[in-house]
Amino acid sequence: MKKVTYSLNYRKPKNQYSSNDELVVCLRYYHSIGNGKYKVTKKSTGIKCKLVDWDSDWHKSVNRHPIKSSDPDYLEKNRLLKNLSVELHADAKNIKISNSVLNSKTPEGKLDLKWTSHKNNVRLVSPANKRNIDIIVVGTGLAGGSASATLAEQGYNVKAFCFQDSSRRAHSIAAQGGINAAKNYQGDGDSVYRLFYDTIKGGDYRSREANVYRLAEVSTSIIDQCVAQGVPFAREYGGLLDNRSFGGVLVSRTFYAKGQTGQQLLLGAYSAMNRQIARGKIKMYSRHEMMEIVIVDGKARGIITRNLITGEIESHSAHAVVLASGGYGNLFYLSTNAMGSNVSAAWKVHRKGAFFANPSFTQIHPTCIPVSGDYQSKLTLMSESLRNDGRIWVPKNLDDAKKVRNNSLKPTQIPEEDRDYYLERRYPAFGNLVPRDVASRAAKERCDSGYGVNKTGEAVFLDFSSSIIRYGKEKVLVKGLDVDDINLVKSLGEGVIRAKYGNLFQMYEKIVDQNPYKTPMMIYPAVHYTMGGLWVDYNLMTTIPGCYAIGEANFSDHGANRLGASALMQGLADGYFVLPNTINDFLADDIKTGPINNDSPEFVKAKKSVENTIDKLMKINGTKTVDYFHKKLGKIIWNNCGMSRNSVDLKSAIKKIQKLKKQFYTDLLIPGDQFSFNEPLAKALRVADFMELGELFALDALKRNESCGGHFREEYQTKEGEALRNDDEYAFVSAWEYDKIIENSTLHKEKLTFNNVELKNRSYK
Amino acid sequence: MKLFLKIWRQKNPESEGKIISYEIDGITEDMSFLEMMDVLNEKIMHNGGDPVAFDHDCREGICGSCSMFINGQPHGPDRGVTTCQLHMRKFKDGDTIYIEPFRSRAFPIIKDLVVDRTAFDRIQQAGGYISINTSGNTLDANTIPIEKESADKAFDAATCIGCGACVATCKNSSAMLFVSAKVSQFALLPQGKVEATDRVLNMVKQMDLEGFGNCTNTGACHVECPKGISLDYIAKLNTEYAKASLKK
Repeated sequence: MKKVTYSLNYRKPKNQYSSNDELVVCLRYYHSIGNGKYKVTKKSTGIKCKLVDWDSDWHKSVNRHPIKSSDPDYLEKNRLLKNLSVELHADAKNIKISNSVLNSKTPEGKLDLKWTSHKNNVRLVSPANKRNIDIIVVGTGLAGGSASATLAEQGYNVKAFCFQDSSRRAHSIAAQGGINAAKNYQGDGDSVYRLFYDTIKGGDYRSREANVYRLAEVSTSIIDQCVAQGVPFAREYGGLLDNRSFGGVLVSRTFYAKGQTGQQLLLGAYSAMNRQIARGKIKMYSRHEMMEIVIVDGKARGIITRNLITGEIESHSAHAVVLASGGYGNLFYLSTNAMGSNVSAAWKVHRKGAFFANPSFTQIHPTCIPVSGDYQSKLTLMSESLRNDGRIWVPKNLDDAKKVRNNSLKPTQIPEEDRDYYLERRYPAFGNLVPRDVASRAAKERCDSGYGVNKTGEAVFLDFSSSIIRYGKEKVLVKGLDVDDINLVKSLGEGVIRAKYGNLFQMYEKIVDQNPYKTPMMIYPAVHYTMGGLWVDYNLMTTIPGCYAIGEANFSDHGANRLGASALMQGLADGYFVLPNTINDFLADDIKTGPINNDSPEFVKAKKSVENTIDKLMKINGTKTVDYFHKKLGKIIWNNCGMSRNSVDLKSAIKKIQKLKKQFYTDLLIPGDQFSFNEPLAKALRVADFMELGELFALDALKRNESCGGHFREEYQTKEGEALRNDDEYAFVSAWEYDKIIENSTLHKEKLTFNNVELKNRSYK
Repeated sequence: MKLFLKIWRQKNPESEGKIISYEIDGITEDMSFLEMMDVLNEKIMHNGGDPVAFDHDCREGICGSCSMFINGQPHGPDRGVTTCQLHMRKFKDGDTIYIEPFRSRAFPIIKDLVVDRTAFDRIQQAGGYISINTSGNTLDANTIPIEKESADKAFDAATCIGCGACVATCKNSSAMLFVSAKVSQFALLPQGKVEATDRVLNMVKQMDLEGFGNCTNTGACHVECPKGISLDYIAKLNTEYAKASLKK
């Protein structure tokens, strides 16, 4: 059966209806899953029909019209239904739904006991046997660095890889604001449950309960661990740790080290790695890029790498492979990611059978320095922590906005009553600290309506003047000085702001050439983080046995939107505490395996295929550099799959990417050769994978007919323009199985069940 | 604006390098220095040439990858910034700009402006850590109160990004500022005091082995450090070293 059928949407037993009752007509598409079984894609049409007018034998008639002529609008309704069915048919026939059920391996039992009981039940490997087992870790950010250190400390032999010149330079280093932990040091009612609840709600109910609870549970150990390692978190005068607040929560649970929290945490993990490198337990391969995963007898047993200095293709074997290769925000070309951040390691694994989950779940961060020109290579984040003290606004009057744009009016000249603090207006309970997806969309809405404040009309103000006065007054009072001396108040207030956010203000000033202490910052949303990633089970293992994904590279904890200061938490939780417990269970089978041979036929074949891929790119000899293609791809994604999406744009994005990909493989220019340091080649290999990911990204967004978190579909919104979720049909994780023709990728659904939280409308009002 | 660039080109570690001249036009003042280099590289590639290799990654001044010696100064003429944060508004139309790699015997050149700074990693491996296991079963983080002043000073030391500007600018190629930052961070914190003796001796020993020179207190390192790491930490390093030497 490959046709669409019509049916009425009965809400109670048929005999309880009278013939004059009206019901909604539904469409169904039956996907064959073998053995004569079907799975159904169901879609409501919104078209109503009285029972008396319904022809239940419609499929027997020639014209297949389900509504009888007794309905006054039968012609129009039947025509609309026909159109909708053609549309659904075209849409659904390409989705292959397989019979396989994804097993998340979530332990049974009460939510708060799952992790403990799981740890008690997984198999262990003795210290003596660990010495005979090798683990490869790709990536040395917070997740990879902490995992490498911990696994090595336990006794495993770790081979760690990074493409940077030193493991200390992984992009976790750039995280600014802080790290969450349910310590409740402030006594403001925080708890593990609240952190769990905030994270689930913040992710718009599209993440796995058990994973999120575990994350909240181990969060407290992270802080203990990092302090013991000498990470210099901010402290109060009493010598105890200080906290601040982040978006989407009503407590202060964020630990920080000025605006360089990521740097300090990463250097902590780096130092833990260094200790193991010195002991010979970690072998560090810097300036190495993973090119392929090697699977032997169904298990991940090694990787093929390219030495970025010599161009040499190398084979590395191990008993398990851990990917900690970060997110794929650079798909958009312009993002807050580092220039080298890429999807390739994860994508290679996806191509070999690991499912890729929720690719379209992307976080657009509301406070970044706006784009200034075409040559721009990256965007710079201004930490969310700034929203603790900064107020976001645009002019109330279109005229003022216009004047600000052409520099005839300064923001400081606009009186208080003519400013629209739109977040405080729309979301009084959370105000400037609404979650990132909400804040970003609100900024876009104002700018799209013509209130933008920079040359391009794509910026809003982030203003510290009221905080400066507030802090200044406090200082003046404490020091017993003159409260009415406004200059004194301002200068003392600026001092407080400088102590809190000094490096961010300096960064802003260097880039924009304006003094943010005196005039409000201009900010606009930019791509920052990707919630989607490799699908993993509760053990953080992908669908390839022995291949694990941790940190931003997996999909597991943030649902459709990540809360601020939770990425650092997840990276370190996975690396220090989760993976080192779960990986033993898999490796317990390998205590007698002995070393894995790195020149077996599987390795030889994988190496050959990498060499062929490189040869293919080098031989194109076209006319356009890789940046040309990357920029084009980024524009397609940003314009069609960015902060708001609709089916027309998404469909056109897929076509455009397919076209661009063809051009890429016929007109790419790479200088030099592959046997030496060649950055354009390294980039081209990454962009080749972005091309494929981009198409899946758009497909995933297209198939999710609801709005949730960062995924906003214009067709699905409330009257007030808020995201409209559809829990009945879309409370699942989209896990995609690779197909060479990306459009034919198979969608597997992991149903999400919520036993401990009630699915509510996510309101921050 | 139009610029005249004089760039160090060197094919690989073995080959001899030399300064090559390039002209570039259409540079705007909002561009970062590395974006200017991107524009140059696009032009070179379109003319069939090999682009200038340079290290870069985060482009927001924190990863420490970028490492250009611009007109005789590491990270160029601006203060408190890395090369990626340097903007073209610091230059004028018609300027000639010399761009070279960070030079030091301990930082061998890999290609063009790319140097090998793994010596820094090896110094850290010699003792830049606190030997505790990452089990999570440590003391509660608030068990040991730390005086705010010490915590802040330790933090200031810890903001070192390991770029190597201190080495590049020093006439002795000394890595004292870099080493002192790590030694001081731990020496200022109670957690780090336990291993303070061995740490400073081992890190200094490794620093010498790598071929970095001695400190003669010119202070250039502090001036050029994009994070403004204070010379006080070198004094702290010397004190720590003296104390440790007496103990051993």
